[in-house]
Amino acid sequence: MDKYETHEHDVIVVGAGGAGLRAAIEASAKGAKTALICKSLLGKAHTVMAEGGIAAALGNVYPEDGWKVHFRDTMRGGKMLNNWRMAQLHAQEAPARVLELEEWGALFDRTKDGRILQRDFGGHRYARLAHVGDRTGLEMIRTLQQHAVHKGIDVFMEFNVQRLVKDGDKIAGAFGYYRETGKFALFKAKAVVLASGGVGKSWKFTSNSWECTGDGIALAANAGADLQDLEFIQFHPTGMVWPPSVRGLLVTEGVRGDGGTLRNKSGKRMMFDYIPEFFKSETADTEEEADRWYDDKKANRRTPDLLPRDEVARAINSEVKAGRGSPHGGVFLDIASRRTPEFIKRRLPSMYHQFKELADVDITTEPMEVGPTCHYAMGGIRNEADSTATKVPGLFVAGEVAAGMHGANRLGGNSLSDLVVFGRRAGLYAAEYAATVKTQPTVDAGELEELAKDLLGPLDGDGDESPYTIHHDLQESMQANVGIVRREDELKVALDDLQKFKARLKKVKVDGNRHFNPGWHLALDLRSMLIVSEACAMAALERKESRGGHTREDFPKTDPHFAKVNIVLQRVGDELQRREEPLPVMPDELKPLFEEK
Amino acid sequence: MAASNFTFRVWRGDKSGGNFVEYAVESEEGMVVLDCIHKIQATDAGDLAVRWNCKAGKCGSCSAEINGKPRLMCMTRMSTFEPGATITVTPLKTFPILRDLVTDVSFNYEKAKQVPGFKPGKKEADGTYRMQQEDIDRVQEFHKCIECFLCQTVCHVIRDHEDNKEAFAGPRLFVRYASLEMHPLDTNDRVALLKEKQGLGLCNITKCCTEVCPEHIKITDNAIIPLKERVVSQYYDPVAWLLRKVRGKKTEAAE
Repeated sequence: MDKYETHEHDVIVVGAGGAGLRAAIEASAKGAKTALICKSLLGKAHTVMAEGGIAAALGNVYPEDGWKVHFRDTMRGGKMLNNWRMAQLHAQEAPARVLELEEWGALFDRTKDGRILQRDFGGHRYARLAHVGDRTGLEMIRTLQQHAVHKGIDVFMEFNVQRLVKDGDKIAGAFGYYRETGKFALFKAKAVVLASGGVGKSWKFTSNSWECTGDGIALAANAGADLQDLEFIQFHPTGMVWPPSVRGLLVTEGVRGDGGTLRNKSGKRMMFDYIPEFFKSETADTEEEADRWYDDKKANRRTPDLLPRDEVARAINSEVKAGRGSPHGGVFLDIASRRTPEFIKRRLPSMYHQFKELADVDITTEPMEVGPTCHYAMGGIRNEADSTATKVPGLFVAGEVAAGMHGANRLGGNSLSDLVVFGRRAGLYAAEYAATVKTQPTVDAGELEELAKDLLGPLDGDGDESPYTIHHDLQESMQANVGIVRREDELKVALDDLQKFKARLKKVKVDGNRHFNPGWHLALDLRSMLIVSEACAMAALERKESRGGHTREDFPKTDPHFAKVNIVLQRVGDELQRREEPLPVMPDELKPLFEEK
Repeated sequence: MAASNFTFRVWRGDKSGGNFVEYAVESEEGMVVLDCIHKIQATDAGDLAVRWNCKAGKCGSCSAEINGKPRLMCMTRMSTFEPGATITVTPLKTFPILRDLVTDVSFNYEKAKQVPGFKPGKKEADGTYRMQQEDIDRVQEFHKCIECFLCQTVCHVIRDHEDNKEAFAGPRLFVRYASLEMHPLDTNDRVALLKEKQGLGLCNITKCCTEVCPEHIKITDNAIIPLKERVVSQYYDPVAWLLRKVRGKKTEAAE
């Protein structure tokens, strides 16, 4: 094989969205020699697309808010399947992380008395999301990026990590290639933080960018870590549905937070028909009460338009199936008739721009058409709550790639706060761990030689499969068979399809050479996508109940057995093996928070 | 718009040279230029190099020059062209070519490293900062920047004069300097640095940057001109000059 670069660090962070940047800043601050590796240019990671806000119980708008209320909302939104300790740490630490962003230069929208303004979002009892119009993720990633620039972190852009290398059972670094040149490089490291984001690119209609191919999940599985909760995929209720080329693009929940309402084709506010028993006591059952709630949260209950995302997505799905949808297979999201054009343009500038430019729709005068879009993986890599450590010594995880925090369904706004709370923790504990490793681990050069040969396979092979065609077929199959509502027979079809895709990927052949070649990159990304898709379908088959982001037509109710377990997958040889693990038990002192009042 | 046929002339090559290659593309309703490029990848040219991420105008990755005009490919709808038209797509002219539509934009990242960071003043007694919305509206406009670098590629100071790159930060970075200088909490002073090392004076306010900004930031009027005014009042205002002499204020340019 040709020569490859070698770098040595204490900690390397894979992924430069909110979690990766925050982890790198923390590791570096603790004195670890730190590298940050990103698949795109710095500042382009998927965090940049987050819109609505970052959830933190600052209590600026409602002083009654506090970590216990946020913790309760998060657990209930996750259908109690969350790792309680993660949800607790998250609720307790999020306010400090938001104030820290402000101290680093972020400018959130303000209250009248000059403090950080907070907005309503689904499943949150009080207005809790610090935000910047509808471009909060951009503010966050830019603030972290600009803060990180002066911290002595080595940044490697447009680099794809393909394997985590180990010395015995311990992490020893990462190996991969530069997208520009196609040349390989080895990053030796005492600890690795995976903060590589989501998995949406396995589905046809998704809000996710091209990067979200589940690389971190595949890397961790191949390194021996456990995967958890992968059956829980969040379909965000409001993606664009028209025109076809933008189908799946996100429409922020902030539209509903700021007064927008969902209507079916006859103009009916349909969410009143879909209030589940679990949320009845806290949800308005008349339009009048729902409308009053925006201004007076104490005397009124929350509008059903802001039920957690899993509930709203299923409701839209049912309306469309029953023939009550909008012309292009969604429902209407109306803010035009409820708020002034000035208010809409000030609060939702990106949404205004997006619909105007891409769909010729003026959201200040017309309703939007929206429908569910694959948005977020609640599951990911199994890890310890306090330290984010996985079972592979030296491997830490943070952000969307990590499992546990969100249980069966994530509340809007809890993702950005998750990134900075657990990004910081991952960086901290990775640096602490690295400090205990006295000598740089060694790497088996023979293993790398084999791997390099394997990675070049799609360029050298004599097959006839196009990576673009395999990707297209994968997305069709996952959309049809492992979508928002699932059934045993369809999941089995998906698993069969996935075996065929694996076989086809072995015969993949790409044009051109190693020099910035998207066809080759896609062929390698497909390896991750197939592992993630299989893990999702296998876990979905195992969980014979409906809960949060996992709905089974053949098992439509929750099941007390599955309320107490996580589905865990582990790679053994070439196969994924499945087992159940008991949920961590919440201590007694927190239990009264969940008793009905 | 029903399906229409277009001819795409796409620049293919690397730093050693290249040429235009033509592709026939059928465009469906609602498609944008980036969709057509993806279609070409999937059918005719699997190795056609292009950067993109979000396809929603939020990440600023898919910048290119479409019929000679710097634009985001994801926000350029096919319905803006006559059916049957030939559409020329070239990489950003101001930056070195890597391959096909991908350029080396490291210039912008290097200039960003030279920006002295945000340095907030003291907190309130309760440990928080207070700012009024009207005092941050302008800076929030600057924070909308998605770093697509269209303003950088269109700016003739560096587009037509490679040798200016050393001493010129460019419109994107002037927006960044302005966002810091006008941040109500910031205490750093970057005015001398802007004048002496970042080439603010080279800008002769032709507003090309403002015209191409996909976020509609008024780069020239709201960022560059106010920065120029700060330079004028610090350097050429006799009262300010005297005060500086007396106080001996240190400047960031010395760092």
